[in-house]
Amino acid sequence: MNKHTYLIIMISVIILIRILPVTLIRRRIDNKFIQSFLYYVPYVTLAVMTFPAIMEATSSPVAGAVALVLGIIAAWFGLGLFPVSIICCVTVFVLEFILM
Amino acid sequence: MRQDIKLTFLNGLKVGVPIGLGYFAVSFSLGIMARNAGITPVEGFITSVLALASAGEYAGFSMILYQATFVETLLVAVITNARYMLMTTALSQRFAEDASICRRISVAFFTTDEIFGANVSRPGRLVPEYTYGMAAVAAPLWGLGTSLGIIAGNGLPVRVVSALSVALYGMFIAIIVPPCKKNRTVLIAVTVSFLLSYLCSPGSVISGLIPAITSISSGTRIIVLTMLISAVCAIVRPVEEDVE
Repeated sequence: MNKHTYLIIMISVIILIRILPVTLIRRRIDNKFIQSFLYYVPYVTLAVMTFPAIMEATSSPVAGAVALVLGIIAAWFGLGLFPVSIICCVTVFVLEFILM
Repeated sequence: MRQDIKLTFLNGLKVGVPIGLGYFAVSFSLGIMARNAGITPVEGFITSVLALASAGEYAGFSMILYQATFVETLLVAVITNARYMLMTTALSQRFAEDASICRRISVAFFTTDEIFGANVSRPGRLVPEYTYGMAAVAAPLWGLGTSLGIIAGNGLPVRVVSALSVALYGMFIAIIVPPCKKNRTVLIAVTVSFLLSYLCSPGSVISGLIPAITSISSGTRIIVLTMLISAVCAIVRPVEEDVE
């Protein structure tokens, strides 16, 4: 296969995976279990994606871990998406500057 | 009403900035990978803007490198991107009853991990304009980063890439922490998610004991753990009527 075939397969699969549920499920789901399941999915999936990945994204795992802790504290005290992101970035930048 | 929608779009643009910055860093490194697979900057831009997937694209480019077969490429694409199906299924319940199919599809098309997260953190029904605002900033930066990565290779200082790459995780944290304060089950679910995700990762202390579990791909790990933990929570603590 040439590279364009690979790219087309990949792009088509990704688009189909995203749009199939919203085209097939057009109504409210009444089932209590599924409702509850879908309520928890976002938080669980974001948590699973964040840790330990945040420690692998940075050059120094320690910097990633500290960014996680400071981010949690900042969010706990009510800071929004943008400030928490900036705090994490600055933490990593400063710590890696000191550590490495 | 019209004013509201405009405001929501502008809010989307604002939230799109940290998302886009994080994307830029991640897609830059994705571009370096794409370059190895022989992708041109233009191909990289088009692919990234249409696919909008980090792990998914990374896996796709590796398939080119490995000269994988059609079936392998298809399977890997399904596995690395299957979590989006969970996300858009969750979103399908949050549209206004009369939302048109076009609006449903366009929101689903732009459902990346981060745009999904930001949507979930907004109470009430989904307003597609919020997604459009975020995507208007984030999608071009994702494509641009990929192209620049292909062109510039290892040009950007490692320290800057490293710092920018946690922007996305910072957002995730800001999304999951507030509901933890309000809902005890969410707090427990998030804590258990952190713990199990770590234990099942290749770097975990028990990776030597259960290599069969820790060696599975991160995409599969995310799906399996998400389904498992969410299902247990749904059984133990079913949500009351219409939690938004």
